[in-house]
Amino acid sequence: MERPLTQNISSQRLPLNLKDYIAAGGYRSVHTTLKTLSPQDVSKTVQDSDLKGRGGAGFNTGMKWSFVPMNIPGQVKYLVANADEMEPGTFKDRLLLEGDPHQLIEGMIVSAFAIQANISYIFLRWAYKKAARIIRRAIDEAYEAGYLGKNILGTGFNLEMHLHTGAGRYMCGEETALLNALEGKRATPRAKPPFPQISGLFGKPTIVNNVETLCNIPHIINYGPDWFKSLSKGEDSGTKLYGLSGHVNKPGIWELPMGTSIRELIEEHAGGMKTGYKFKGVLPGGASTDFLVEEHLDVKMDFKSVAAAGSRLGTGTMVVLDDRTCPVGFIHNLEHFFAQESCGWCTPCREGLPWTEKILLSIENGQGSKEDLDLLQMHTEFLGPGNTFCALAPGAMEPLQSGLKYFREDFEKHIELKICPWR
Amino acid sequence: MLSEDEIKEIDHEIALVPRRNAACIEALKIVQNNRGWISDESLIEIAAYMNMSAEELDSVATFYNLIFRKPVGRNIILVCDSISCYVMGYEKIYDRLRNTLNIQFGETTSDGRFTLLPNPCLGTCDCAPALMINNNLYRNLTIEKLDEILEDYK
Amino acid sequence: MAIIYIDNKPYEVKEGKNLLEACLTLGFNLPYFCWHPAMGSVGACRQCAVKLFKDDNDHTGRLAMSCMESIRDNLHLSIDDPVAKAFRSQVIEWLMTNHPHDCAVCDEGGSCHLQDMTVMTGHTYRRFHYKKRTYTNQYLGPFINHEMNRCIQCYRCVRFYKDYAGGKDLDVFSAHDHVYFGRAKDGILENEFSGNLAEVCPTGVFTDKTLKEHYTRKWDMTMAPSICQHCSLGCNIIAGERYGELRQITSRFNSEVNGYFICDRGRFGYEFVNSINRIQQPVIRARFPEAVNKPELFVHLKNILSGEIIGIGSPRASLESNYALRKLVGKSNFYQGVAKKQVKLMETVLQIINSGHVHIPSIKESEQADVVLILGEDLTNSAPRLALAVRQAVVKTAMDEAKNINLPSWHDSALREYIQEENGELLSLYPVNTKLDEIASHTQYLNPDEIARLGYAIANLLNPEYPAVKNLDDGVAEYAKVLAGILKNAIRPLIISGTGLGNESIIKAAANIAFALKTDSQRASLIYVVPECNSIGLAMMQAGSYQDVLNAGKIHQPETLIILENDLERSWGPSEASSFISSFKNVIVIDHLHHASSQKATVLIPCGTFAEADGTMVNNEGRAQRFFQVFMPANENIRESWRWLDEFKQIKDGRTIEELSEPENENLLGELITEMPQFKGAEMAAPPGDFRIKGQKIPREPHRYSGRTAMLANLNVSEPKPPEDPDTPLSFTMEGYRGIPPSPLIPFFWSPGWNSVQSINKYQVEVGGPLHGGDPGIRLFTGIESSERLILNDVPEAFHANENEWLIIPLPHIFGSEELSIYSSGVKERSPQPYIAIARQDADRLNIREDDVLQLKLNDRVFNLKAKIKEELAKGIAGIPFNIPALYGLNLPAKGILIKEKDE
Ligand SMILES: Cc1cc2nc3c(=O)[nH]c(=O)nc-3n(C[C@H](O)[C@H](O)[C@H](O)COP(=O)(O)O)c2cc1C
Ligand code: SF4
Ligand code: FES
Repeated sequence: MERPLTQNISSQRLPLNLKDYIAAGGYRSVHTTLKTLSPQDVSKTVQDSDLKGRGGAGFNTGMKWSFVPMNIPGQVKYLVANADEMEPGTFKDRLLLEGDPHQLIEGMIVSAFAIQANISYIFLRWAYKKAARIIRRAIDEAYEAGYLGKNILGTGFNLEMHLHTGAGRYMCGEETALLNALEGKRATPRAKPPFPQISGLFGKPTIVNNVETLCNIPHIINYGPDWFKSLSKGEDSGTKLYGLSGHVNKPGIWELPMGTSIRELIEEHAGGMKTGYKFKGVLPGGASTDFLVEEHLDVKMDFKSVAAAGSRLGTGTMVVLDDRTCPVGFIHNLEHFFAQESCGWCTPCREGLPWTEKILLSIENGQGSKEDLDLLQMHTEFLGPGNTFCALAPGAMEPLQSGLKYFREDFEKHIELKICPWR
Repeated sequence: MLSEDEIKEIDHEIALVPRRNAACIEALKIVQNNRGWISDESLIEIAAYMNMSAEELDSVATFYNLIFRKPVGRNIILVCDSISCYVMGYEKIYDRLRNTLNIQFGETTSDGRFTLLPNPCLGTCDCAPALMINNNLYRNLTIEKLDEILEDYK
Repeated sequence: MAIIYIDNKPYEVKEGKNLLEACLTLGFNLPYFCWHPAMGSVGACRQCAVKLFKDDNDHTGRLAMSCMESIRDNLHLSIDDPVAKAFRSQVIEWLMTNHPHDCAVCDEGGSCHLQDMTVMTGHTYRRFHYKKRTYTNQYLGPFINHEMNRCIQCYRCVRFYKDYAGGKDLDVFSAHDHVYFGRAKDGILENEFSGNLAEVCPTGVFTDKTLKEHYTRKWDMTMAPSICQHCSLGCNIIAGERYGELRQITSRFNSEVNGYFICDRGRFGYEFVNSINRIQQPVIRARFPEAVNKPELFVHLKNILSGEIIGIGSPRASLESNYALRKLVGKSNFYQGVAKKQVKLMETVLQIINSGHVHIPSIKESEQADVVLILGEDLTNSAPRLALAVRQAVVKTAMDEAKNINLPSWHDSALREYIQEENGELLSLYPVNTKLDEIASHTQYLNPDEIARLGYAIANLLNPEYPAVKNLDDGVAEYAKVLAGILKNAIRPLIISGTGLGNESIIKAAANIAFALKTDSQRASLIYVVPECNSIGLAMMQAGSYQDVLNAGKIHQPETLIILENDLERSWGPSEASSFISSFKNVIVIDHLHHASSQKATVLIPCGTFAEADGTMVNNEGRAQRFFQVFMPANENIRESWRWLDEFKQIKDGRTIEELSEPENENLLGELITEMPQFKGAEMAAPPGDFRIKGQKIPREPHRYSGRTAMLANLNVSEPKPPEDPDTPLSFTMEGYRGIPPSPLIPFFWSPGWNSVQSINKYQVEVGGPLHGGDPGIRLFTGIESSERLILNDVPEAFHANENEWLIIPLPHIFGSEELSIYSSGVKERSPQPYIAIARQDADRLNIREDDVLQLKLNDRVFNLKAKIKEELAKGIAGIPFNIPALYGLNLPAKGILIKEKDE
């Protein structure tokens, strides 16, 4: 089985209902886990599999779980599936949510068991209306079949699962802001430490995992860490959902071995650039990753290799910049997004992002100056990790800093010509 | 006054969280679903029901871009203005909307039929450009398709 | 203690603090905005960045927010690092992208934290050349002005208003660079501590609206350390004057008393000083002309003062003034200017706190309590700053839990996220709903006697040596068990009670509980709220009530009465007071405001208000505190009461006006202590008048004080000689010692580079902690903990409602119930209309609806009052707003009759 995550997904038919899902081998990991494994066993297996979080940061999932306090009697704990997917250029979780809802539920049951959480939430972004209908139905089915609720499969393990849909705002995807949103508050992030594993939702130990991360769990339990590692042809284990958008012949999304190269993704899977368009660069993992360019086409799309090339794997969904699109306009669009979505909590992001947006617009409109480039450069340095309260602003600076590096001439031309050369 | 149905739905959400006011975003969405937007009166009613002050609730309501604190039209058009749709030319779609509906982002047609809003990435970047009208997603948009789609919303 | 290295120099610092606090304590000028010493860190503004190094081999380091870093041994950091400096200056530039350039017309100018930090970081020239964001402002009521364009989004306002003070009607709206701080709609900010926003806000968004009416820059004010006159807690304040007008009150930091904050009554109640109702000249009534000068007055007084005189003191006058009166009339003729009932209550309070059986906590200590029991006080309205402390106690107890996960106490947002809406134990017993009920774990609405009975029962459950209560209602008995159980488990229980309901049994029951709680493992404490700013001081003089004069059994009633700073009609009721007053041939009234009693004076003497006088007062914890004259009164006839009275004594003793010697308050205080050793220590509340630093006085004016030569040039071109102040170490000028004076003498907070109130940091031993040399004030009750038990016993009978007669109880109002603050128009605006609160049961029985007009007959007076129906009130009890202008002098609690006006 090469595509565990998408094996049940087909655009030709509706997602599997519970009966068919079970028939296809579904919920097996729940039986195994609840009946034969201890929470520590599950954590260890996941840790050994070297599954890295698919939400963007790429932290070892089993390791993340291991910080949750265990064996405190009466301790309320939560598991949250992060289905907020709002990173521009990213559309991978939608596929899993709309295509195979029971896979997510199954993964959540096992994960909740591993940290001994009895309440779980799926935080779904507002715009995913179809996914909401599908997930809601699947949760009901799972309750009816006794996979959710009290005393699951007679093992004494209880798990409630609720679907929560958002009300907009990219920040809701940041895990601590997401917790605030779930608590009915403004989705501003929380300071870390304390990490959610210690003080999370409603002040209780909480794990937040990305949808794709959670969907991997049943397969790791079923087939073991070694199998999971063997799926990859790169540095990190498992398969990965890769997506591609922009002026390519067949934009889309594919489950492929971790470590598939950018060239293979663009040329084979996406069918190459559209006629008349030339490849200029790519955001490898969503809006908040650094550009990679021509010279990086053979970089393997795994956490380590992309990092070595000076960017981040992020969500693994790529946006291609072509030669007929103005890079300044492209980056301005990104910074407009980030400035709008800043939560307004910390100064550098709240005031700095709108400033970069204004500068970029004025350059794009032919009113920029050389000093503006220095100001942009200053922002990329001062809005770096640790300087702002959360990772939104540093993420926002990644395409800008790499854009200034790789497309500097284009910026300068705007300033010299006092007009956008693409107009 | 909150309607009985609204109260029933809100009560259901309250039951899912450990503290009453944690369900306030849900409550806002429920009422918005019914009434189209959250007026000052609605805000005060919901706040009272959630045991919150108007300020506490409005602080939350105004944070989220999909809670409408101003009146909106019968149909809400959310145009994706993020990167993939930018590359694939959402601006042409926006221009067309502006010209046919005679409104800008943030405005409502004088007949109350449409409100036009920009929206960050709709998560369908491989089928850009895209937009949503109410609960329906439209992808791979062209000007021709757009004109047909608008016809469906009276 | 830990050793940290700042720019490669080792420093010893205290653990448990954050790095910003440590740096500031060490005297470094590290800028910040969102952090506040009383509110902890949230890490929002990113202004306090420093470079942190892994170890001494790490030379790259990383930027980190010092307010979010715990002190660790061997920590290496750099403040001077060029990147850190550039970043801090960049943060200012970011904030300035939208900040208007309106410093010249901004009320904050010259005392602005943002200005200070801008200069400190070195940001000067802006590079942002786009449009600034603008907002509309809101009307926020009579106290606070709103100017949102100046906002730098530090989130301090909402953190103070919501999280610290429990306010509900101020919040943050919207997101990204559009965040807005305000109300949902224009309207009055409801919280009783809203004025602190003006000090908490680092810019000019929230400013003092009353100051706006007579605006003066901080540097142009003459200021003096003073004590709030508007309740018994004695919050420390700074009072500022210009052109003979009192212009602003701000909080004067005292870590033991008010900390950084004061209530709105204290901040905005100062306008009586500027009132047109001030007594300006000595007057001899029924003479022509009535207003006289000092020689004429003294000639007249010579006769009146020669015989026996009755002196009526005042709980709102200083120790010095009360003592000067006592000295003049003699001990046996000196009476307290409060009603008999009140004297009795105060005797009981004093007996208890004097006993040394239980610790009397300061406000700061009150914040440390883990269980708080309030018996019969509506703190928010009777002692507001203490209510704010109770809020902190309740939250802190919940936060104690966070020790389990090693959260440091400064990590404010994380603590609040961890505890969610959990609160510690607050147990509140009062006849009607109070504002603190919202955070109380247990609330019972009981009539006053039942509160006492329940209190006695709790004490008895805690220790059976204390009297039991007979015929206790089952429900109440059960409740007593619950509360006793909670108190028993407490480590630092705090009992709060007071004179508010005029019920002595409550006061005693509270004491019994505190005594019964005292065991080896517990540190129980007990604090009483009393009526006025110097009620304790006056009561300590142990005089009788002036009502006793009538029964004093004098063969000849003296002909002369002196009333010191007191409206007897207010404390006793108009008819009794006026018949009392008119039984004297000569009535000398010394006061600063005209009032009902002053109308009856035959001789009227103008005295200075607190702002024009020096004096000492004793607050409810027995802390003697000195207040200092802020400015010279409008004319030379307005003088401290004690000054007049001392001269009266000299006249009485036969001196002529030429022979009079200048009175000295220090001598008075010295004599007072010799005569009444219970006041020992009061003389040390502030350094003596001849105290000097390097031979210099301490200036009341900042060195930038402007216009001294020009400010009166329209009247007189020769520069007037600055007034002398022989009584205190303070001068009325800008010359003198520029450094940090002893804490009781701090006229204003200022330090080079720190023009705003944030300069307090420089006056503290450690940031947020006590002032250098110790906080001002001397506690007179040393609390010698005696081992002997005091057992009080006067358990009242159960209250029985009477069909036709109600027990009318006083309901205090922060705005309205206090005599002097009501002269401020904002306070008046916020004070309630007269009403009568009645029980639902009574309302139903008599078919009374909300707002029906009821006739109340009480003390032979008749009032028409609108009904307010209270579900929680016990039947047979009714409440009226305490001592508001329309309902003063009612000597509550009292029995009254209620008649419903006939339905039309
Ligand atoms: C601004 C911002 C937005 C984010 N949005 C998402 C998101 O939409 N979905 C997601 O899974 N993670 C998102 N993340 C990452 C989460 O904070 C978190 O790291 C992730 O949910 C952890 O899951 P994982 O360990 O399974 O990757 C976002 C982070 C930031 C800083
Ligand atoms: S970087 Fe700061 S303002 Fe931006 S989203 Fe994070 S916390 Fe909010
Ligand atoms: S004071 Fe440290 S971040 Fe604001």
